[in-house]
Amino acid sequence: MTVTGGQPAITVRDIRMRYGDLQAVDGVSFDVAEGEFFGILGPNGAGKTTTLEIIEGLREPDSGEVTLLGQNPWPRNLSLLPRIGVQLQGSAFFEKLTAREQLETFGALYGIGPAKAGEYLELVGLTGKADTLEQQLSGGQRQRLSIACALVHDPDVVFLDEPTAALDPQARRNLWDVLRAIQERGKTIVYTTHYMDEAEILCDRVAVMDHGKILAMDPPATLVRGLDAPTHVILSIGALTVDEARSIDGADDVQQSDVSLQISTRNPAPVLSTLAQRGALDGLQVRTATLEDVFLDLTGREYRA
Amino acid sequence: MSATDEITETTEETVAPRGRGRGRPPRPRKPSTKTTSSPFGAMISAGTKGFLRDKTSLFFSFAFPLMFLLVFGLIFGDAGADKVKLGAVGDGQVISALESTGAVEYERYDSLDAALQAVKDGDIPAVVSMQGDQVQLRFAASDPTQAGIVQGLVAGVTDKLNVAAAGGSPTFQLDSQQVEDSSLKPIQYLAPGIMSWAVAVSAVFGVALTLVSWRKKQVLRRIRLAPVTTSTVLSSRLLVAVGIAVLQAILFIGVGMLPFFGLQLTGTWYLAIPVFLCGVLAFFSIGMFVGSFAKTEEAAQGMSNMIVLPMAFVSGTFFPSDSMPDWLNAVSKVLPLRHMNDGMLDFLVRGKGPEAMLLPCAVLLGFTAVVGFLASRIFRWED
Repeated sequence: MTVTGGQPAITVRDIRMRYGDLQAVDGVSFDVAEGEFFGILGPNGAGKTTTLEIIEGLREPDSGEVTLLGQNPWPRNLSLLPRIGVQLQGSAFFEKLTAREQLETFGALYGIGPAKAGEYLELVGLTGKADTLEQQLSGGQRQRLSIACALVHDPDVVFLDEPTAALDPQARRNLWDVLRAIQERGKTIVYTTHYMDEAEILCDRVAVMDHGKILAMDPPATLVRGLDAPTHVILSIGALTVDEARSIDGADDVQQSDVSLQISTRNPAPVLSTLAQRGALDGLQVRTATLEDVFLDLTGREYRA
Repeated sequence: MSATDEITETTEETVAPRGRGRGRPPRPRKPSTKTTSSPFGAMISAGTKGFLRDKTSLFFSFAFPLMFLLVFGLIFGDAGADKVKLGAVGDGQVISALESTGAVEYERYDSLDAALQAVKDGDIPAVVSMQGDQVQLRFAASDPTQAGIVQGLVAGVTDKLNVAAAGGSPTFQLDSQQVEDSSLKPIQYLAPGIMSWAVAVSAVFGVALTLVSWRKKQVLRRIRLAPVTTSTVLSSRLLVAVGIAVLQAILFIGVGMLPFFGLQLTGTWYLAIPVFLCGVLAFFSIGMFVGSFAKTEEAAQGMSNMIVLPMAFVSGTFFPSDSMPDWLNAVSKVLPLRHMNDGMLDFLVRGKGPEAMLLPCAVLLGFTAVVGFLASRIFRWED
């Protein structure tokens, strides 16, 4: 891996892109450090994909500057391309080739011999599907193959555009393991998602985007902490009456629904110890703020995943 | 494979059901240990495998044109090879000499009366009978042309035998030699014509559909993100098209040359190769144009059909272009398939010399340049 003298792997300065009436990207700036797992989070149409495409060199921004590994990705920069790996949204494969042949073909585009294909099939857990035609793979398998194809030439920076979209929960979790394995190899990863929970678990830092703008950018834990959102303590109905709950020290708000009683507090420790003393812990759940709440707080509306 | 992977497999099957691919799954093979590869070779290999594993493209490239060759070969197989049907009674020099001209086909009768009845019934145009030195010819008056042919044939053979029997030399020497005329036996124009048409179909459809599907499936974008030059992508696909065309040529000419069809190549057949390659180039450029213009596979298919099918009919694929009205003949002269076809006929079956290469090659290359340029102007990496 070439270290670019402590410089960030990616520098984006005030990029803007307009499609007709739609300002898809509206003044986005950020840096991504080498080896960082950087997430761009936002609902569909937030401008995530366009931002990625501009950084990858697929589009020229209307204005603004991008530096990728010390170089300008636009126009198509043949010396830069071997150092970046891109998984496009939706998978791009040649017709009628097996999983192994897809990897071999994409590798060969970078001059990489077929020997590497086996290694990357194993990384994404597709060794058993090596000789299966791509169109006969399941959605999750295809997604993993697509990621392997983006990695086979051992790039320094990897771009993944919604790699976990449209996967069932089990397949998503399998993919998380793959993504962590890539990061352990020292790659810089830039990835987009509209899954809040996922970004929280995987990313070193996330940028929350909406309407072409970055609303907030920090490590997920910092974003959540900065929110100063109350912790919700949830109990089964009947564990406590509403009045009893209101009388607990530190309980800011109490609400009761058909199935549960919810105590909101900014000081959960004394609330929980009081509940423990009273033996009223039936069906206890504690929910702290998530990126979802951050999004709600930043945009004033529910997250539309 | 780990236990969690097993679970994934079963849960994911419900998302994407199996069995959408029509082709037979490729045989498993040993992993290679090669550590370098060329983009050019890999693109050719990917293109070839994609073609060979797609039953539809195999059918339209090989089986479909072959069906045309068989059907047209059978329909037109006898044309131009009609022999004069003649009743024969008895045996002798004249009867056997007539047969050796190769122009008559005998139907044997036991008696002259039976043969005469057959002439009267219109079953045969004439009967020739030989009893000792007596040669008798009786013909039907209904068809003067046939009657003339039969009379001339029998009289000619009899006279020749008379001169030979008299032991003298004839006063007038007849020097008769065969001349290759430009009207061809059907298989002589059918096999090269159907070959050119098949090559046109495969190149135009194959390239156009590949381009559209690569754009739709983002393969083009993915290639754009790899350090590969456009010329590598283009030339590798061109080479695949040439490979397919060569296979087609071998198949259709090979089948045509089977004794059943009787295609005969002339000594200059190899001069057809440059014209053939220029033809593939021209159709490749049309495929590029259609593939750059069309947004969906359906549109590409429709456009390709609109271009190739009418062109095939006026370019002498299924019947000789000389038999077309003059204006249509003139129109067809601007079409690449016409020139490829003419070039194939000139060298494969008419035995023309290298100078005849100039016009078809020039037209086809010019066509490639113009259409290729237009294609490059409207080419898009993505929608």
